Amino acid sequence: MIYFLLYWEFLKIGLFAVGGGLATIPFLYQLSYKTAWFNAADIVNMFAISEVTPGPIGINMATFAGYHAAGVLGSLAATAGIITPPLFTVILIAKFINRFNDNKYFASAFKGMFCAVCALISVSVLQIAVSALINIKAVIFFCILLFAVRRFKAHPFLYICLSAMIGCFIKF
Amino acid sequence: MTENEISLAGLFAAFIKIGAMTFGGGIAMLPIIERELTQKKHLISIKELMDFYSIAQATPGVIALNVATLVGYKKRGFKGALAATLGLVLPSFVVIVLIAAFLNAFMGADIIARIFAALRICVAALVINAVIPFFKRGIKNTFTLLLFILTFCAFYFFKISPAFIVAFCAMAYILFALRKGEIK
Repeated sequence: MIYFLLYWEFLKIGLFAVGGGLATIPFLYQLSYKTAWFNAADIVNMFAISEVTPGPIGINMATFAGYHAAGVLGSLAATAGIITPPLFTVILIAKFINRFNDNKYFASAFKGMFCAVCALISVSVLQIAVSALINIKAVIFFCILLFAVRRFKAHPFLYICLSAMIGCFIKF
Repeated sequence: MTENEISLAGLFAAFIKIGAMTFGGGIAMLPIIERELTQKKHLISIKELMDFYSIAQATPGVIALNVATLVGYKKRGFKGALAATLGLVLPSFVVIVLIAAFLNAFMGADIIARIFAALRICVAALVINAVIPFFKRGIKNTFTLLLFILTFCAFYFFKISPAFIVAFCAMAYILFALRKGEIK
């Protein structure tokens, strides 16, 4: 039952991905190893689209990945999965740990989780870079972009649109 | 400042607007929420919104969803949390489904393939830039550095489930904090 599986996998992502949309990427990579729902290239494409469409990246990625796996109903299942955990965990945390910053167990668990996600994302970043930098032209374009991103700190939207235009004229 | 009340439908509509105007991650949503809910509608004070944001960032899950849940819950209880969350995801859902359907039909076209080849390079640059603040926040002492290296290898070489890795590291850090006397 693919819809139930999608719901479950995205529920796990909603529960364990700490730190926003970027943190969903390693989980999606894991799904691309385990299932035939989408492949590694799809994930990078989804991320590019998620940056330039309305809505938080994490939600866009879930909807997109669900569609890749099983069409509109797949989108629905994945989105339902990712929104379920916050409805319960956040309310519980806000309710019972009044001064949750002072709760040492919670704070320590979070530090560990954050460190884990940091490493998971690094693996994904490495994989994305390897898949994108396929020739010398690509490496040069990458260096220019990275310099621009670090130097000008404009919204990612701008860099994505610019790259799409460049893609029309230059074949990498 | 007195805080106004809002109906479930009002919460739903307000978060549709917020979802439709957010581009990027959950942090990009903050100024939009602040303008819509604090300045225009006086639903929530700026101080409380900041508290919600720190809770949202220190809780697992998509940050934007966590904030929507907290605001909705505060105004209208569990139903409010649900209304805010559903409103927030609706614009994403509609737009992404349309784009995904379009791309499925045209992915074979040469021009689309070329555009995505360029986009992949752009994404590589964007994610490298975005991961830097994670290092600053995630790796603070020798223990977290070791944990980082271990986790990196576990995922890169052995493809161990990220959910398992995250849960393991949470427990490992608690044990470390207990031994170090950070928790008594």
